[in-house]
Amino acid sequence: MKIGSKSVAVIFSLLLMACGGKEEKKKEGFSVDRAKTTTEKPVEATPAVSATPPSERIELDNKGVGPIKSIALDAEIDQAMAKKGEEIYGQMCLACHRVDKKFIGPAPSGVLERRSPEWIMNMILNPEVMVKEDPLAKELLGEFNGAPMANQGLTEEQARAVLEYFRTL
Amino acid sequence: MKKYNYFTATFLVLLLVFSSCGNQGKGNGSPSGALNSNNAEKVYVAPGEHDEFYAFMSGGYSGNLTVYGLPSGRMFKEIPVFSQFATSGYGYSEETKPMLNTSFGFVPWDDSHHPDISQTNGELDGRWIFINGNNTPRIARISLTTFETEEIIEVPNSAGNHSSSFITENTEYVVAGTRFSVPVPQRDMPIKEYKGNFKGALSFIGVDPEDGRMDLKFQILMPGFNYDLSHPGRGKSHGWFFFTTYNTEEANSLLEVNASQNDKDFIAAINWKKIEEYVNNGGGTKMPANYAHNVYSDETHTATSTMEKEVLTVDPTKVPGAVFFLPTPKSPHGCDVDPSGEYIIGNGKLSADLTVHSFDKMIAAIEGKKFDGEAYGIPILKFEDVLAGTVKSGGLGPLHTEFDGEGNAYTTFFISSEVVMWKLGTWEVIDRKPTYYSVGHLMIPGGNSRKPFGKYVVAMNKITKDRYLPTGPELEHSAQLYDISGDKMELIYDFPTHGEPHYAAGIPAELLAPKSQKIYKLAENKHPYATIGAADGKVVRDGKDVHVYMSTIRSHFTPDNIEGIKVGDKVYFHVTNQEQDFDVPHGFAVIGANTSELLIMPGQTKTIIWEPKRVGVWPFYCTDFCSALHQEMQGYARVSPADSNIELSWSLGE
Repeated sequence: MKIGSKSVAVIFSLLLMACGGKEEKKKEGFSVDRAKTTTEKPVEATPAVSATPPSERIELDNKGVGPIKSIALDAEIDQAMAKKGEEIYGQMCLACHRVDKKFIGPAPSGVLERRSPEWIMNMILNPEVMVKEDPLAKELLGEFNGAPMANQGLTEEQARAVLEYFRTL
Repeated sequence: MKKYNYFTATFLVLLLVFSSCGNQGKGNGSPSGALNSNNAEKVYVAPGEHDEFYAFMSGGYSGNLTVYGLPSGRMFKEIPVFSQFATSGYGYSEETKPMLNTSFGFVPWDDSHHPDISQTNGELDGRWIFINGNNTPRIARISLTTFETEEIIEVPNSAGNHSSSFITENTEYVVAGTRFSVPVPQRDMPIKEYKGNFKGALSFIGVDPEDGRMDLKFQILMPGFNYDLSHPGRGKSHGWFFFTTYNTEEANSLLEVNASQNDKDFIAAINWKKIEEYVNNGGGTKMPANYAHNVYSDETHTATSTMEKEVLTVDPTKVPGAVFFLPTPKSPHGCDVDPSGEYIIGNGKLSADLTVHSFDKMIAAIEGKKFDGEAYGIPILKFEDVLAGTVKSGGLGPLHTEFDGEGNAYTTFFISSEVVMWKLGTWEVIDRKPTYYSVGHLMIPGGNSRKPFGKYVVAMNKITKDRYLPTGPELEHSAQLYDISGDKMELIYDFPTHGEPHYAAGIPAELLAPKSQKIYKLAENKHPYATIGAADGKVVRDGKDVHVYMSTIRSHFTPDNIEGIKVGDKVYFHVTNQEQDFDVPHGFAVIGANTSELLIMPGQTKTIIWEPKRVGVWPFYCTDFCSALHQEMQGYARVSPADSNIELSWSLGE
């Protein structure tokens, strides 16, 4: 409960300094014990490491986070739409996603065997939120060295076409 | 428990520390601490919050335009206009070099003074902002969606393009008047023969209502005075333009003395609608000329420069009833028109008083032909016949006036360093507040339109001295913000401004912010060397020219390994930013390039030239921190000897 003599000295010095008093002796007789004031940082829980890398994990029930809630795919691939999707892919995605090999980001080949159509479209349309709120997308960001999925500003229709193109791969 | 008490005690003591010192601050007559904290709240824009107004300040000798927020005084952007700007590569990149082309060749600098925002029906519409270059006479148009310079037109027959760039109330014209009169056309003649022989050109540049494109429609060749500042008529005086003059003595040397001989100079009143009608009916004389017209395209991301070869000139004496002189005391500088269009204020800078002319009286005097002689064939109206009133201010060196839309006017006084608030119609002085120091222009958002937003006035001061921590002999200029929402002005904030701001234009943020562009669409990129998809990245040789079609996305270049370049080649890096997300520019710099970096906005293409002089393997990299892997955003160009036969090749990730 008592204030130590050191503290009294601190207070006195502060008074002197703040009012523009002589400073010659202000350094005498006190030091700040910083150890007392630092608060301990809680150690962040390390996420459980799964044996399978996130890019190879199969999560077909995960629809991701974003505007796409439910997509029904026709049994037949719409070739015209897929062709349009391929063009968009070449312009907007190819810089980071090569068709058959892991590049800056994962390859889209066979992605529909691992991901739901909704998840894929949400990742295209809403990447900033996905890497924060979707646990799988978050882990993928880690697997790919923290290279963020860029939001290329596709419309839903364009993202849908890219999805159709992925079905052909 | 112990820790807690220690902190409490410290806190209490700190309180004591602060309060115990009382009012020792040197202050500027600010009455109390309580009031100061109130002022702090007025200018405080909390983290993440936005300002209420945009303020566009001219850069003066920086040649640029800076964008600030009010009331916070935070600077958001410097828009390069008449100057090379290494930060973005403006004026250095191949695409933007033509913006700085003139009839004198490439002029990478100017002195920018008076920004003015486009208007519709006399109210700010926020489409474009115009600004003048003084030294090599030019007018620029800046888009208020991209905040980039889109067009620059040179003004022939002009010199010291100072009574510029002011726009008419439907942006029909942006007007540019010459400060220095010169021989028109330019010719070799004795300077001493100035009087009666030099001309002052007042240029009316048409503005296309759709895309803002400028076109020099006509030039009025006035007597050889100095045309200092101007403003358009508005409301009932729409169709007129008013210019202050000095040096009606037509002195050609020691103007400091010789241009201050006449007790009165003039405000030139120009009925531009009448002159427009005259030229539309075939009037005027076409004169050979040579001036640059530079236009930047958002689609090709490239500027083109065209030399115009002709200008239509008008002899004012040939259009009766179009031009008159209003005698105005003591070398008037500022020329401001109130929101109603009735009052034209001429601030005689060598006087203590302000002269206010009445538009209605002027029209009556013209109709009654009450002339007091003429100057070079232009009728001079009688001072007493056009005078509405005089503001006996008691200040010294009045320069500029703005309006709050509530019947008050605010005038700066350079010599006595103050802003004086007075009432239109009664001419009584209501308030005066000092500025720190030597104020030039002042600005109220919309303060020179039919509809001012009279909440703040910003004073732009020429001398800074002790207002901030010193930074050696050169100091930034200082602006002061006054709250004018009450009955009196209240000085609430100081902030430094970049370059030498002369004038400014303010506009409510809600008129601009929602339409501010976020990206350029890749699909609309029509640059001839654009790399639209990563698969289009390539290197093409054309003799000694090597064109690198390069794309960028977080965080790599495509291609990033290039071989087959030789010493003596001229390498064009055409870099396209493939990002389509807001605020993800990439930069490009290569060692040994004799120019600036490029800063490329999403969807944009820019080009830098690199002429490697030494054999080696030379890195290039991204200059704008783009992602966690920004440091990895790099590549190499191999440069072989001139006689090497290594083929061109390029790759990424192989």
